[in-house]
Amino acid sequence: MSVRYLLGRVGLALLSLWGVTVLAFVVLRVIPGDPALLMAPVGASQADIAEIRAQFGLSGPIWLQYVAWVWGTVRGRFGKSLWLQQDAIRVILERLPATLELALAALVLAVAGGILVGVLSVLWRRTWFESATLGVGTLGLSIPNFIWGLLFIVFFGALLRWLPISGRIAPDFEMAPLTGFLLVDTLLRRDPGAFASVTAHLILPAAALALPLLAVVFRAVRSDLLTAVNEEYVVMERMKGLGELRIIFWRALKNALIPTTTLVGVQFGFLIGGTVLIEAIFSWPGIGQLTLAAFQYRDFPLIQGIVVVYAVTVILTNFLVDLGYAFLNPKVRYA
Amino acid sequence: MLLQVKDLTVRYGGHLAVWEAGFTLGEGEVLGLVGESGAGKSTIGRALLRLVPEPGRIVSGAITFKGRDLLGLPEAELRALRGAEITLIPQDPLAALNPAFRIGLQATDALAIHRGLSRREAEGVMARLLARMGIPDPEDALRRYPHELSGGMRQRVLIAIAFSCGPSLLVADEPTTSLDVTTQAQILRLLDGLRSETGVATCFITHDLGVVAHLTHRVAILYAGCLVEQAPTDRILAAPLHPYTRALVRSLPLDGIMPALQGPPQACPFSDRCPERMAICDTAHPPLKSVGAGHQVACHLY
Repeated sequence: MSVRYLLGRVGLALLSLWGVTVLAFVVLRVIPGDPALLMAPVGASQADIAEIRAQFGLSGPIWLQYVAWVWGTVRGRFGKSLWLQQDAIRVILERLPATLELALAALVLAVAGGILVGVLSVLWRRTWFESATLGVGTLGLSIPNFIWGLLFIVFFGALLRWLPISGRIAPDFEMAPLTGFLLVDTLLRRDPGAFASVTAHLILPAAALALPLLAVVFRAVRSDLLTAVNEEYVVMERMKGLGELRIIFWRALKNALIPTTTLVGVQFGFLIGGTVLIEAIFSWPGIGQLTLAAFQYRDFPLIQGIVVVYAVTVILTNFLVDLGYAFLNPKVRYA
Repeated sequence: MLLQVKDLTVRYGGHLAVWEAGFTLGEGEVLGLVGESGAGKSTIGRALLRLVPEPGRIVSGAITFKGRDLLGLPEAELRALRGAEITLIPQDPLAALNPAFRIGLQATDALAIHRGLSRREAEGVMARLLARMGIPDPEDALRRYPHELSGGMRQRVLIAIAFSCGPSLLVADEPTTSLDVTTQAQILRLLDGLRSETGVATCFITHDLGVVAHLTHRVAILYAGCLVEQAPTDRILAAPLHPYTRALVRSLPLDGIMPALQGPPQACPFSDRCPERMAICDTAHPPLKSVGAGHQVACHLY
């Protein structure tokens, strides 16, 4: 991978980030609802409201507000949350690990599960298993993740009572956060009980968040593998005496993962977006829940901060995906 | 007899790619399988390794290799033969190498599987073999990805793979068609040298009669999935009997196109284009008849 390629990718990433901030800034100020009005005490005069506006940088033309905000942001300050009266960046960073843990768990579930089911459905093609996976794949794809969340809560939580449906950990574990990633924290503290509790809490929301992406990955892996198994190079691998299992897992899968990787990068954005509703459903204390509250209070600095953090996460992921793509596909390595 | 193919029939969905083809191959013998594209020659070559691509299926017939029934062999025993006893050189070397893996890994599969060598040992063996194939810096070639080598280099790698475990039967499936003319000549010379050195019996699939004249002992001519004539090479070139073979050998133009068989032939598949068509040609499929030492022809004229 050349320096030029890397610089190009970084430039593109910064450009997307800038676009996202402009969009968020403008849209917030166009939709109805005035934060100064919401903050002002009952019976406040026009002058009081104007003062609140000035205090929180909400007065003046939009482009000036934007410049002021960008100037703060590049120095690491998103401004003060109107609702919580704390630095927005602190509020966000405190809750970010919870969301990342959820999203990463979902991503791992979706990718590992999707690959496994995809490989098996090709390995056992023309059996009942293939038909079953196709049916489940369509189902997974056509039902949005928050519906899965509700179904899981009703079925595994309320009816079967197998798994917890709310929060990140049982309340009897007192935990001062280390990294904020509770799976990591409980491991670092060598507390298997707490680790089990965290895992149990993670399963349902992560599974709900993962299912649609799992279906997408499954279908992509499957169709790319089906193409690969009829490629001449796979025929040649059979000709050399390699077994079908080995060919699919150790050879054709790498070919199939090249297009799938790009797809996962794009889909990860949807997954991150999905955390907003999933967190609300499962009372997950991450920035998804925070987003909903911030919108209710028209908390512009907080919302803008959240948008930037979401955008950075998605852009970083896509950057990593590009690197992974170059690793899988030797043809782009020197491009 | 090393290889005996009897009444081999291969179906691709709605059409018959090969219809009751039969031939034999002795130790060290080279048989040319000749025909235009779609005549079924590649399908026969793949069938010898039981690697007919989907949705193709070997419907009936028997393939006996060293006294073993290949079509009845369990998959595991068949895998032990593939790449070791029976190997194949493909038509398109770029398509035949996996673009996502280094040559070193792909070229050592057969040695690792059949000879039990470690990858490192196998790479040593392969490097010597590649040098023998005329690849100037074999260690470097092993570290490369397929797209980084030239077409001729890639084909040399595939030839090295095919010869790496000392096969007794080689299927060469038009190994030079995708190469430029000068490389073609080099590859053919290389193949001929390796063949006479190792004495491997070869099924040489081609549509090039010049290649046939140089490399083969015997020729089988295929038309629309049917074997229409089979004879020693010099005999077929000097005195072809079947009207199709005659047209082929003398480069005579033929009207029309080769038909695709839908089911068992009820007439001679060549009758539409045959300059010597008779009434019987449209009502009966001519069986393969012996017309002299090792010479068989499927034509109502004889």
